Amino acid sequence: MPTLPRLELCALHKNYGGRAVLQGVSLAVGVGECYALLGPNGAGKSTTIRCIQGLTPLTSGTILLDGLPLAQWPAGGHEFMGVVPQGDQLDPDFTVEENLWIYGRYFGLPKGQIRQRSRELLALMMLTEYAHRPLQVLSGGMRRRLAVARALIHAPRLLLLDEPTTGLDPQARHLLWTRLRTLQREGVTLLLTTHYLDEAERLADRVGILDGGILLAEDTPSMLIRTHIPGDVLELRRRDGMLPDPENWHEGRVAAAERAGDTLLLFDRDLDPARAHFAAEPQYQLLLRPATLEDVFLRLTGRELREEAS
Amino acid sequence: MNRQNSLFPGWGALALVRRNLLVWRKLLLPSLLGNFIDPLLYLLALGYGLGHYVGRMEGMPYLTFIASGIVASSAMNTATFEGLYSAYTRMAVQQTYLSLLATPLQIGDIVMGELLWCAVKGAISAVAIVLVAAFFGAVDWAWAWLALPIILLTGFVFGAMALAVTALSRSYDFFMYYFTLAITPMFLFCGVFYPLHSLPKLAQMLAGLLPLTHAVLLLRPLLTGHLPSQVPLHLAVLGAYGLFGYGIAAYLLRRRLLR
Repeated sequence: MPTLPRLELCALHKNYGGRAVLQGVSLAVGVGECYALLGPNGAGKSTTIRCIQGLTPLTSGTILLDGLPLAQWPAGGHEFMGVVPQGDQLDPDFTVEENLWIYGRYFGLPKGQIRQRSRELLALMMLTEYAHRPLQVLSGGMRRRLAVARALIHAPRLLLLDEPTTGLDPQARHLLWTRLRTLQREGVTLLLTTHYLDEAERLADRVGILDGGILLAEDTPSMLIRTHIPGDVLELRRRDGMLPDPENWHEGRVAAAERAGDTLLLFDRDLDPARAHFAAEPQYQLLLRPATLEDVFLRLTGRELREEAS
Repeated sequence: MNRQNSLFPGWGALALVRRNLLVWRKLLLPSLLGNFIDPLLYLLALGYGLGHYVGRMEGMPYLTFIASGIVASSAMNTATFEGLYSAYTRMAVQQTYLSLLATPLQIGDIVMGELLWCAVKGAISAVAIVLVAAFFGAVDWAWAWLALPIILLTGFVFGAMALAVTALSRSYDFFMYYFTLAITPMFLFCGVFYPLHSLPKLAQMLAGLLPLTHAVLLLRPLLTGHLPSQVPLHLAVLGAYGLFGYGIAAYLLRRRLLR
């Protein structure tokens, strides 16, 4: 018998007034898996997280936790899920440690268990020396790590993170990623939203690309790249600010191309002819690089697609 | 659908009361100081100053008369402030309610927790006044202990009405309307400073519809050594305001938070 997915979203629809925010989103996150929902602002990422929390009533669709609809779990399944919301929602009236204690009481945990778990989580999130400090002295990265610690106070099976590293500096992001990977090794299932492609690429076992409330593609980061991008990428920009390749020389000469602002992206296994052609013109700046998730993202949610859609 | 929607309170409410109590404890000294000094000023200024010219009212010294009225209005004011400004801060600024909804707590727990806390907070300030008034000999202790449940009920009622207003508010500015149109008229026309029968008949009837009137009519006798009359009527009016206030606040808060 195959193991049930930890979390399963089945055809989620959500309309606000006449506007469809989710248009049949279905996905499954396996036990111990890290799944990243990637999408531009307004794609429906946060709405999806809110729906799982029961904060946004669905227009239609079902959400299953360990195979059982959330509506049938006591307290909407909250005893088994932790949430790291956008903007932390920490309690500014309390110290670092008190934030964990107070939160543990909302889950009805006994005091001794809360104290012990708080010590472990503060150590894991490298906040032990700040335990007695007020929240106001914490940096953005520390606050976010405290929010993760708080979400883990009741040892949930599933951790939801809504844009966990938005607004953090690179060091803080790397530290948080390291801690999230530790959690994953310990068997916690992670569902996170992000609009950072590197975050999805480095953290997630699987990535779902969400745009306009529709899941456009879903796979491991490397398979997404292989499926949607043929080979490498050549980035073209012009020093004078004009759009590159106005005569569309590239058409028919490379496997695929995409315009993004002042940049022309050419995709192919062999980009040497194109590079040779444009290198001859002094106005051009060239960058040949391997394909990344960002290219997949641009191809799937990029300008051309939106024009087709409208 | 989701059980998150429950408007009925559970034990989770007490976890929120405890949270608010812990915050209050951090600011204990300035908070208590305010609770004692405020009524002291009122009692001295009105009880002695005005009382000097008024003399006795309804057979008791004026200080004694207004002391019990101010006990009631203070429970109203404190609970109202808590249900408006403090609750709005938790709801909109600190997003405390959203973080609570990520735990097993539900809308009903949040509303009940906030209202119980409004009741306790109102009682803290009202009891402070009872103590100050007692220092001036303005309290008869025969039935005074029965005042405590009435004070708690008064705080709950005004907390519920305030929380309903909070759930509708887009900013702190909105609360001025509620004070001007609801709280201040009650403060002035519900028998805090003079007996109701000094008002014209119509005004008396209107005052009879307002919750503070009934809180005063229960608390004044209890604090001056008598048992109140028409107890079931007063309790029924306060109970109705509390019950409807709770229902409306819970409904509006759910509409605001779950969307």
